[in-house]
Amino acid sequence: MDWRRFGFIALIISVLFGVVVLIGHVQISPVIIITSMLSTTIAVATPLTLGALCGLYCERAGVVNIGIEGMMLAAAFFGWLASIYMNTVFGMAPMPSLIGGVAFAILTGGLLGLLHSVLSVTFKVDQIIGGTVINILAIGITGFLNRQLFFEKGSIFGGNVPHAPGVLPRIQIPYLADMPVVGRIFDQQPITWAAILLVLITHYVLFYTRWGLRTRAVGEHPRAADTVGINVIRMRYANVILGGMLAGLGGAYFTLESVPSFEPLMTNGRGFISLAAMIFGNWTPFGAWSAALVFGAAQALQINLQFFRELIPPQWAFLQISYVVGLAPYLLTMIILTGIIGKNIPPAADGQPYEK
Amino acid sequence: MQNSEERTSPQTKSILRFMRLTLNALGVPLLAVLTAMLVGGVVIALAGGDPFRAYLGLFQGAFGSPKALSETAVWASPYIFAGLAVAFAFKGGLFNIGAEGQLAFGAVMAALIGYALPGWLHIDLPAFIHIPLAIGFGALAGALWAAIPGALKAYTGGHEVINTIMMNYIALNLTSFLLNGPMRDPNPLNVVARTPLIAESARIPPLFEGFRVHWGFVLALLVAGLVWWLLWKTTLGFEIRTVGANPDAAKYAGINVKRTIVLTMAISGLLAGLAGTIEVTALNHRHELGFSIGYGFDAIAIALLGKTHPLGVVLAALLFAAMRNGATRMQFLTQIPVDIISVIQALILLFVAADAIIRYIYRIRARDERVVLTRGWGG
Amino acid sequence: MTIVLEAKNITKQFPGVLANDQVDFDLRQGEIHAMLGENGAGKTTLMNIIYGLYKPDSGQVSVRGEPIEIHSPKDSIQAGIGMVHQHFMLIPVFSVAENIMLGDETVRYRWALGGKLDQKTVAKRVRELSHQYSLDVDPTALVGQLPVGIQQRVEIVKTLYRNAQILILDEPTAVLTPQEAEDLFRIMHELTEKGVSIIFITHKLKEVLAIADRITVMRAGKVVGTVKPKETNEHKLAAMMVGREVILQVEKKAAKPQEAALKVDGLKIRDFRGLEVVGDISFEIRGGEILGIAGVQGNGQTELIEALTGLRSVAGGKMLFAGKDVTGCSPRTLTETGMAHIPEDRQRHGLVLPYAVADNMVLNTYYLPPFGVRGILQPKAIDANARKLVQDFDVRTPSPYVPTSKLSGGNQQKVIVARELSRAVKLLIANQPTRGLDVGSIEYIHKEIVLMRDLGVAVLLVSAELDEITALSDRIAVMYRGQIVATVEAKKVTREQLGLWMAGGHPEGVPSRRCPEPVEGCCA
Repeated sequence: MDWRRFGFIALIISVLFGVVVLIGHVQISPVIIITSMLSTTIAVATPLTLGALCGLYCERAGVVNIGIEGMMLAAAFFGWLASIYMNTVFGMAPMPSLIGGVAFAILTGGLLGLLHSVLSVTFKVDQIIGGTVINILAIGITGFLNRQLFFEKGSIFGGNVPHAPGVLPRIQIPYLADMPVVGRIFDQQPITWAAILLVLITHYVLFYTRWGLRTRAVGEHPRAADTVGINVIRMRYANVILGGMLAGLGGAYFTLESVPSFEPLMTNGRGFISLAAMIFGNWTPFGAWSAALVFGAAQALQINLQFFRELIPPQWAFLQISYVVGLAPYLLTMIILTGIIGKNIPPAADGQPYEK
Repeated sequence: MQNSEERTSPQTKSILRFMRLTLNALGVPLLAVLTAMLVGGVVIALAGGDPFRAYLGLFQGAFGSPKALSETAVWASPYIFAGLAVAFAFKGGLFNIGAEGQLAFGAVMAALIGYALPGWLHIDLPAFIHIPLAIGFGALAGALWAAIPGALKAYTGGHEVINTIMMNYIALNLTSFLLNGPMRDPNPLNVVARTPLIAESARIPPLFEGFRVHWGFVLALLVAGLVWWLLWKTTLGFEIRTVGANPDAAKYAGINVKRTIVLTMAISGLLAGLAGTIEVTALNHRHELGFSIGYGFDAIAIALLGKTHPLGVVLAALLFAAMRNGATRMQFLTQIPVDIISVIQALILLFVAADAIIRYIYRIRARDERVVLTRGWGG
Repeated sequence: MTIVLEAKNITKQFPGVLANDQVDFDLRQGEIHAMLGENGAGKTTLMNIIYGLYKPDSGQVSVRGEPIEIHSPKDSIQAGIGMVHQHFMLIPVFSVAENIMLGDETVRYRWALGGKLDQKTVAKRVRELSHQYSLDVDPTALVGQLPVGIQQRVEIVKTLYRNAQILILDEPTAVLTPQEAEDLFRIMHELTEKGVSIIFITHKLKEVLAIADRITVMRAGKVVGTVKPKETNEHKLAAMMVGREVILQVEKKAAKPQEAALKVDGLKIRDFRGLEVVGDISFEIRGGEILGIAGVQGNGQTELIEALTGLRSVAGGKMLFAGKDVTGCSPRTLTETGMAHIPEDRQRHGLVLPYAVADNMVLNTYYLPPFGVRGILQPKAIDANARKLVQDFDVRTPSPYVPTSKLSGGNQQKVIVARELSRAVKLLIANQPTRGLDVGSIEYIHKEIVLMRDLGVAVLLVSAELDEITALSDRIAVMYRGQIVATVEAKKVTREQLGLWMAGGHPEGVPSRRCPEPVEGCCA
């Protein structure tokens, strides 16, 4: 992470926060606004963070994964489906059903990761095409099953969507969460906490362990790794599957942590944006996380502006149109990819199948 | 396999070899479709349906009557354009996932010209001027929408895959803004985000009285021929293909690689824009929010199934159109949701993209040349 | 003396090539055994089999008399075999210590997700090893920032770290200056004195005679014979290598230089980080002469050529070509003005491999009549051109419509040469024109280059092979760190002198970036 990137990230986040403070400070104290924004930012950045970590493991091992979107979508659906089955069909309590749902989401992600490695590592399919296949497959299967299971007469749920067992409960950090006003930041749901923890773990694994050294070697110069006896194929498989599981956890966020329902196409480009976050983070965990926070802040702005709709002065009225603010993450992604804010240097063997 | 071959007689051997060669030339895409249908059948069975009845319904719905044929052609028109768009970009070494956004933007522009232009000019335009204007502006809008990621790729290195996807979301947001705001159909009975109907003078007429199949289908076939001619018979096509096959060598040979990249994306977007334009001017006579969703991914599947060759794209588009069109009858007969088609198409794409899997299953030897379609982030 | 390594009856078939045909080979304790052969003779294939990167179709490898099964490099490392590959197997963004420990890591705190890498212990061991064999390697340095010669030492330490007793060096001198090569030979002797046995793969005759204890020559996948240096000489070895008498000298008449075709004045080039990679270079090339640019790779030659051919923008200075100021002109303009370019990397830069030979032969003239008329390609003209060039330049291809990737390296290069030299040309820029080719193709291309010179074309030749430079050039310029440190008449200079300049030694013994005044034998 160079200072230019860090400065850019800090700047964008402050600007986004500043907009809300500027509009809302008449009625609500800026501290409360900022706390609320920060809390929302961290929460909504969760799937982006996990998606970016997925990309990180894959690409550090030399496999480009643009199928994160599909992995998250499929995991969101199957995790949700599993929790409903456990809850309504098998009569389990809501909490174990939710945890089981998360496990299924991770499993789904891992299986799609396996599919991606079979395609790109074993069959040496063009990796970007392979990722696209996963995206299309995920859209097709979730759309079909969603319709078939819930909306068709004669199906298991008899044509109506059963009650989901709710969402994962919040976890408060002792003492920190009890602080007045800012305590809210330390009151988040489990997948959010897991994402932050995984950023730390990934940093350690990637740069301080044998696994990380070998993963990076395989992504930089697979032949060199091969000549010292490292099994390139196995390393790539393992990392892509691991990445898929992280994306699966990110998918669980949508249906088990954020809202207790599934909609077709609900990931809404988050998988692609998390790729951009990973690139902007220059393929490092902390970089990717801070970039994910920028996108989170943009989304938090959109959410928070709705609370202050009447307070928005007329000259800012265009912000009411959520479409305009809604464009921010996409435009930001495109700006970041131009490389004007620091050149992005991918692992040297990124995207290249390994031929013996 | 090899062992069994050693035991067979020479005649059987030569027949086998002949079959294998035939399969090699034509087989892989065909086998991919077949395998996908088989797997799709299993999925249908698992979901509690009867695959045979489902596929029978699919076939009837697609080819069973003159009306079915006409509807298949109606579905095929945008598919041909969009498939050509993606295939054209592939030839230039670019992966255009953004056909969807380009199509939507083209459709919005065509609709705008279609319903608003006579009012702005305060004259009634004759059809032979109004139709080309609507088509032209729609195509240009698509071209512009694709030229932006093209220029970003050429001049900053921003990868076109992510940028075209971002442009899809931006297009969706913008059209949703336009169709809910300035361009919304003012009819008091209207509850959805859509434009007013375009003027009669901007509508492409049907080919035959009583059927919906229109001249846009003919135009699509003509454009497919034109694309083939452009790619293989002109110096511009040579440049595009060279940049696609080896951008470094193209640069060394004095080809302006950056300009070629922008141009390739623009032409690709133009073709996608035509897909949206035709739907507006020949079929729906207006643009409605959300109609473009899904076309981008279908177009990728069509381009890959057609091996990025214009003729292949036409055939693949016809196949996809037949499936989409037949799906309604299939749903009527078997209660299997039309969405199963998306699953089958995804499987077709899977097997076409990973032709190694198909070769492995059916023991077909690989051809020598691997076509490079895209490159990693670096390129 | 004991035999430490023996390969018997090794056969390896690649699609279309029999790379190793019943090869026998043995290595004795503490000797340097040179493996000599042309590119593609099968030397590297044999070594990759011994090292476990390829599986042989048949044959047996034994270490110290014990037959062993080698399935992967892991097995060969276990057996005490180490290999330094021609293209280094180092990761530029890793430190020396990380590169050395990769695959054989030392860790602490095993409980923590498989353990934390123990950089300190590894660094200590690297220091010990480099001291023991006088290798002088800093374990904390980033490999990508080290000079090539040091990177090679890292590779050697990497094998010693794994207790290698048998060392395979694949074309180790290809990237070194003559002085660095001397250094390497000293290290090799030091290693053999301490009991290490070395296989030394090369195609350079002089080196083999200077350092090897025994020489095995391979040709077309077969072993031709094993000889001692005392019993042979360069001519005999060359004949064994190629299978016929080889003329080691290029035949050429005295040059008849005409007026300058290209004048370069104060050229400056910066890389993408803004660092100066070529600083203030001035020279000229006259029609009818060959100017050779000698230098170790990575001293700015590539950037200079890219700037001259319009592929890279310049930060300062002027280029005059055929009397016109062409600074900043596009490659196309330069081609049209009469510049021909044989690029360094023919497969990446010179050819579109999936294209038919015919298309590659018009790769930079497709838009000009008769090949392209008003934007439409003319297949008949392209076909006629291809058939003529295939004939004239003796390109061995079944038809002009075969994908160029199907051709051998020599014939691919001929396609480029044919394309570039069939136009009206005033200046030919040839960058590593014979790298990796067989002797026959090398002879052919050398003849073409001399022929162009005799026809009055100015030739700029860049090569990492000092022998090629001295054999072909009329004048030689030496590049070092982005500067031309010397320009001399080819006849008036020795290899040793050139080697000294390539390593940064200044003609007057004073290391300075620029000469104050143009002196004979200095910045001309």
